[in-house]
Amino acid sequence: MLDFHILTKYFDWYMEGLGNVALACLLAIAGSFVLGTVIAVFRISSIRLLNVVGVTYVEVIRNIPLLLVVYGFYLLPPVFGLSAVDGFKSGTLGLTVYTAAFIAEAVRAGIISVPKGQSEAARASGLTYLQTMRHIILPQAFRIVVPPIGNQFLNIVKNSAILGVVAGFDLMYYADKISSKTYITFTPYLFVGMFYLVLTVPISIGLKLLERRLSQSN
Amino acid sequence: MDFVGAYEWPNIRFILQGLLVTLEVALYSIVLSFVLGCILATIRYSKMPGLSHAVGLWVETIRNLPLLLIIFFTHFALPEVGFKMNVFVSAVVALTVFESAMIAEIVRGGLLSIDKGQTEAGRASGLTYLQTLWHIVLPQALRKMVPPTVSQFIALLKDTSLAVIIALPEVVHNMNIVKSQNVNYTMPAFLLVAVLYFLVNFSLSRLAKRLELKTH
Repeated sequence: MLDFHILTKYFDWYMEGLGNVALACLLAIAGSFVLGTVIAVFRISSIRLLNVVGVTYVEVIRNIPLLLVVYGFYLLPPVFGLSAVDGFKSGTLGLTVYTAAFIAEAVRAGIISVPKGQSEAARASGLTYLQTMRHIILPQAFRIVVPPIGNQFLNIVKNSAILGVVAGFDLMYYADKISSKTYITFTPYLFVGMFYLVLTVPISIGLKLLERRLSQSN
Repeated sequence: MDFVGAYEWPNIRFILQGLLVTLEVALYSIVLSFVLGCILATIRYSKMPGLSHAVGLWVETIRNLPLLLIIFFTHFALPEVGFKMNVFVSAVVALTVFESAMIAEIVRGGLLSIDKGQTEAGRASGLTYLQTLWHIVLPQALRKMVPPTVSQFIALLKDTSLAVIIALPEVVHNMNIVKSQNVNYTMPAFLLVAVLYFLVNFSLSRLAKRLELKTH
């Protein structure tokens, strides 16, 4: 049943797919972290317009499926006369925009958990609002939000399989190519699962260890 | 963009029929994965030799795999080893396998958060191990599990859309069919499905918040 011949024969394709998955994940992790932090700062801002933008973003994105967000980048640009976005790009953009909403919620929870006296002291010392955020609040908040954000990064890796729906040259895409050549579905996709475990299990274990250390230091 | 043409009743009805399939598949999967998740968590928590480790390995493996892959594999790969199911059953089975592993972790977290003294007191009062679990530990754990379980169910509702890959006639699948009739239907159909999803999930999460306030 387990035909390792398929793994060795199509190893290059698997590596190509794995490389693209890793690239999409790294881009989405970096992008959603930045975007999520910006949205979180919007959400707690006292400027009403920014606040509305932040709340709307989080509520809308969190309540629709990732697939629709990816489709938004994949199907809609041509409708508005823009050039088409390929599967890899729309998949990566979708992952970024989707995960940013969850990261924003985690970061917001972290910022709220920093006592108000901290920002009052910083402002009283003459720091501007942005300087207070950058040097006082965010560094403290991030320590609290490391575990939930780590979980979101793990979710990005698992959710990256969504690239397969829009032909994003990922592991699912190449497994499909292999199964249409060999007329076998079981084994090629079983190897996809194994490659995913290679990516996700170390992250999961790392997160568990990190969580344990953080809870001990408190 | 042709909103008038796209929103003719047959198209709307077709998309609503898709939504009904989404809700139906999600409901079956929610019930089954909750039952299975509780069983898996209890076995893992009880430290039965061998069995608990096997369940732990199963839960961790499933939790580290993409759901999309599990859905695809259930429907297209399992027939090669003799398990052939229709799309509806495949979707429910795949979602149940994945979500029950997620629920199992939530339940286990709830069980572990209950003080050990509770079990000891129960056993000292003459209850059997299972009686202690059922009457003393689980009721207390369930209260702590409500918020994460509800958000897991909202996630499940969204995850049902991934069954588009096995052509389950759910709401996104039907949206794709509507938009393929006419390029000008793409945006209206997309908007309608996004709004439908938003309405269902937003009201669910509001309901969850109310429940949360009540239980505390």
